[in-house]
Amino acid sequence: MNASSPDLDATPLLEARGLTKRFPGVLALSDVHVALGRGEVLGIVGENGAGKSTLMKILAGVEAPDAGELRLDGRPVALGSVREALSRGIALIHQELNLAENLDIAANIFLGREPRRGGFIDEGRMEREARAIMARVGLACSPRALVGGLSLGQRHLVEIAKALSANARVLIMDEPTSCLCPHEAEALFQVVRELRAGGIGVVYISHRLGEVTALCDRVLVLRDGENAGELPRGEMRHDRIVRLMVGRDLSQFYPHVPHPPGAPVLEVSGLRTPRHPEHALSFTVRAGEIVGVAGLLGAGRTSLLRTLFGVTPAAGGAVRVAGRAITPRTPRDAIAAGIGLVPEDRQQQGIILEMAIRSNVSLPSLRRAQRYGLLDRADERRMSAEMIRELDVRTPSDAQPAQHLSGGNQQKVVIGKWLSMSPRVLLLDEPTRGIDVGAKHEIYQLMERLAASGMATLFVSSDMEEVMGMSDRALVMHEGRIAGELGRAGLSEEAILQLATGSDAAA
Amino acid sequence: MPVTTTRDLRARGSVPPAPPAPPASLVPSTRRKVLGVFWLLLAVSLGTALMNGRFLLAENLENLIRRTALFGILSIGAGFVIITGGIDLSIGSVVALAGCMLPWLLSVQHWPPSLAVPVLLGISLCIGLAHGLLITKLRLQPFVVTLCGLLLYRGTARGISGDQTQGFGMGFESLRYLSVGSPFSLPVPFLSWISEGRFSPYAVHPFTGARTRLAAITWIDIPMPFLLFLAIAIAASIFLNRTIYGRYLMALGRNEQAARYSGVDTDRMTILAYVLCSVLACFGGMLFALEVNSAQPVDFGNFYELYAIAAAVLGGFSLRGGEGAVLGVILGTALMQVLRNAINMLGVPTQIEFAVIGAVILIGVIADELVRRYAAGRRKVLGS
Repeated sequence: MNASSPDLDATPLLEARGLTKRFPGVLALSDVHVALGRGEVLGIVGENGAGKSTLMKILAGVEAPDAGELRLDGRPVALGSVREALSRGIALIHQELNLAENLDIAANIFLGREPRRGGFIDEGRMEREARAIMARVGLACSPRALVGGLSLGQRHLVEIAKALSANARVLIMDEPTSCLCPHEAEALFQVVRELRAGGIGVVYISHRLGEVTALCDRVLVLRDGENAGELPRGEMRHDRIVRLMVGRDLSQFYPHVPHPPGAPVLEVSGLRTPRHPEHALSFTVRAGEIVGVAGLLGAGRTSLLRTLFGVTPAAGGAVRVAGRAITPRTPRDAIAAGIGLVPEDRQQQGIILEMAIRSNVSLPSLRRAQRYGLLDRADERRMSAEMIRELDVRTPSDAQPAQHLSGGNQQKVVIGKWLSMSPRVLLLDEPTRGIDVGAKHEIYQLMERLAASGMATLFVSSDMEEVMGMSDRALVMHEGRIAGELGRAGLSEEAILQLATGSDAAA
Repeated sequence: MPVTTTRDLRARGSVPPAPPAPPASLVPSTRRKVLGVFWLLLAVSLGTALMNGRFLLAENLENLIRRTALFGILSIGAGFVIITGGIDLSIGSVVALAGCMLPWLLSVQHWPPSLAVPVLLGISLCIGLAHGLLITKLRLQPFVVTLCGLLLYRGTARGISGDQTQGFGMGFESLRYLSVGSPFSLPVPFLSWISEGRFSPYAVHPFTGARTRLAAITWIDIPMPFLLFLAIAIAASIFLNRTIYGRYLMALGRNEQAARYSGVDTDRMTILAYVLCSVLACFGGMLFALEVNSAQPVDFGNFYELYAIAAAVLGGFSLRGGEGAVLGVILGTALMQVLRNAINMLGVPTQIEFAVIGAVILIGVIADELVRRYAAGRRKVLGS
């Protein structure tokens, strides 16, 4: 391990000069400069399409640049492949982890590099070495535990351990916290800080500006494939970063204005989800109200939404929508009762990637677009054109497959699916996960507009800033129950965390 | 995109085949595959016609059209299941069950056709329903469920019939008309000048050398199964493209979870696909038996599920689901039949028939994948 001090040496550990990468029709990177010092955490932020992924791929040897050079310890290097990059000490940790769930931790750490003795795997040595590395990343479980049984946060630590075991000196992390709950993320940050103290350089790519400002020594902003600017630790402020990212001021990031709440629309009393049948959940959402649901991962937030939407039928309790009692046993029942869900996993549950945008939008409301038993295509076209105009989906045509859209625009399509049904209740599960700042803002504005038109909104989010910024009220869940409710005035990070971690004594 | 033209499907059966007109609403990959199989069909047909004039003889064409129609009915059924991302391996055995039970019920049990036919269709409906329920409610794998079906229904057919060859004898002419009849003929100009005259209006007798003037117009008898097939194909095409249920099927084949989250009753749609497949297999099986007037339980309909699946795949269906067009199934089925016919015509030893068909399909699939990669490479837009 490098024993150099955290202050930077004269020559950067990893430096990229004049990186240019062109894809057919797109200039993904244009003359980009990056320098990473020893023991430095460099944040890289930018909107989707700004070139973050391409830069990351070049740094990790996945793609070769068209122009420009990479220097490691001041010497030019050409990284032909991920393997070569790794052998030189550069490791990439993907957003979607590449772990074999059916193998144990030690086997994953040493996959492809197993210590051997006489042609067989030296299990004893592998376990010992794995244990040592796991201690470095703070993984406190047996090296023989199956990866399939670990939480997402722990899996991230396994990935880091894997990189360290290959003697990585540069760690590239792509959106590491997008699926982690706050305390897992905090544990991860602690590991990153320790690695930094050990002289390892970390490139940290994230959409979450709060994390970047908390963790990084320096932040590099990319815009349209170019360096938009850099901010040292002292000058990192949310608004300044955003201004560099989008090239303009976002006058008000959270457009929320409190509305006078109307009549109760969604009334839940004593609801028991199949995941946590021991707890009865009761709450009300009124017309025009935006209610946030905060909590740690696994607190039962998603299963609450899934139960309300009929994906998993309730184990008990009553739900009323606009005064009418409903028992949704399938999503179809819930939709008929006037509930829409923007699910957590956009690509698996929200949208059909290969299908045209138009067909995606019309899917829930096709039943109404029928004439003489046949599909009324004109009606369908009208519906989708209206949605695209209303939500400002950026696409040349609604006949394009949805996979060609950016994440933010895909999310608009998922929301747009419900608009033509004019639901009374909209459930959103992590609506802004993995989408860029500009699109986030648009989603917020949309939520705001829907609330103003009388929609009752219930939204789950792990982004505490978002919960505080957008909610009229917030429910905080802990281990399957509603640990507490916070009014807009009482919303603070501490208050949410206290309820979410169960440190609050009251039941 | 080229403009959609409305070509009569009937034109396809005659030679030369009409240019295909995949509707503009087809997804590009399906469009590409449908066009690809069309050109392959055209190439094989032309090549065979040039090398052996007998290919274009009226009786050969009539036979080709009839076989295409009979197999096409099975292939459309297979297509419905494949669209859901599933598979039905029991088609051939349902063909055997229907093909053996119909003559058995009529000739041995002396049931009236008006009872036997609906009963068999009802049984096949129950078979499809059972497949669908096991696959959706018990979450069994389609491959396993229908593989068991494959064994079960053939065994049942052999057991009931005592493994004896079943036939209709001389009777049931009105019923057999459905399969061997021909309600009308279509004139095709100059066909015999090509097939018999080899590009001249005269046929030369091989021994005497006598020249006979050939008629300028050849009448092709349109077989009854072709009309039935046409009706089924048009109905299937309307169902898939113009009803909301067709859209539901496509959606759930692509991404079942997202379809369910959009309020689609995915279980019911999947069950429907298996029911349609089994009922069409049963209908096809009865027609096959009526045509040949003899069904041996041991091998009647053997491998037919594989012909049907291969035809659907050739015609642009993806086994991953959510992709395919009825026109493609028709062309794919026709290609399979033309290939078998060409192997006969060109004097290729029939022992290697399967090898040739297998090789052609494999080459077609590889070519399609290469074209796809080439197109994707040119379209590739990255940089996020």
